[in-house]
Amino acid sequence: MRLALFKAGDLLIATLLAASCFGSFYFLWYHSGRASHVLLYQNGQLVQRWPLRLDSRFTLHGPLGATLVEIRQGRARIAADPSPRQYCVQQGWLNGPGSTALCLPNRTAITLEGDSGHDSLAY
Amino acid sequence: MTRWHTDTALQPSAYDLQLARLAAMGLALSLLEAAIPSPLPGIKPGLANIVTLIALHQLGWRAAVWVSLLRIVAAGLMLGSLFTPGFWLSLAGGASSVLMLGLASHLPARYFSVLSHSMLAGVAHLAGQLLLARLWLIPHDGVWQLLPPLMLSSLLASMATGLLTLKLLEQLPPCQAKPLPSP
Repeated sequence: MRLALFKAGDLLIATLLAASCFGSFYFLWYHSGRASHVLLYQNGQLVQRWPLRLDSRFTLHGPLGATLVEIRQGRARIAADPSPRQYCVQQGWLNGPGSTALCLPNRTAITLEGDSGHDSLAY
Repeated sequence: MTRWHTDTALQPSAYDLQLARLAAMGLALSLLEAAIPSPLPGIKPGLANIVTLIALHQLGWRAAVWVSLLRIVAAGLMLGSLFTPGFWLSLAGGASSVLMLGLASHLPARYFSVLSHSMLAGVAHLAGQLLLARLWLIPHDGVWQLLPPLMLSSLLASMATGLLTLKLLEQLPPCQAKPLPSP
């Protein structure tokens, strides 16, 4: 039984694809950059863009009531929200660019934005 | 124009029969695979791609397109997922992998075997699916976060199916059915 049925070009392609696979892990997961701003949304509309280096607290207003957003030490979280399942509160602190906490049905959300101006993921 | 009543019965050629046989085998593998539990939705071995690769090698690219699309639609019918988002994802993946196979089959056979075809088609499959997911199902850039694990699983799976196809093609007798002359 011969094992080496494949050819040299196969090894080349396998190497290239494996390299891009590791590259995708590195660039998309490990080295995804730093978040610089937090975007606050209310009813789908952007209401505030705030630099993460400034600690602050904001209140967003939705149909259920007030969503409390906390920004501290370069991170942001939903500190309190009236939505019944509390998913956005349980998400805790957001760090990476592109991460989002969405409070439904209160229709409020926060998203972190990378410092390069565009999205963290170049495509 | 479609003629319903013809004197001459439609005779399937050896090519048609072989194509239908391969599509049926692909369907069987798809159904078998649907029964295997997967750790993550979207990660599966893609065994039916073996059949597409065999069709590409024995009958040519047009047959591979037929076998792949027939299998996807038939599997959608059998599994009850026809026209669901999962079906469209599968169709987008199938279409892009078949297009990639069309390109990859022009690689010089001296240096590149079915294994290369399989790996390239696997990457194209993933790219097609993720692109459709990004454009239609989940219009958010967070979709790209799924790329690394999916790419790893796709690469491993397409290597496995490629190697299996190599072994199978070595043992299969050369096919009798010749490709149809292109019109």
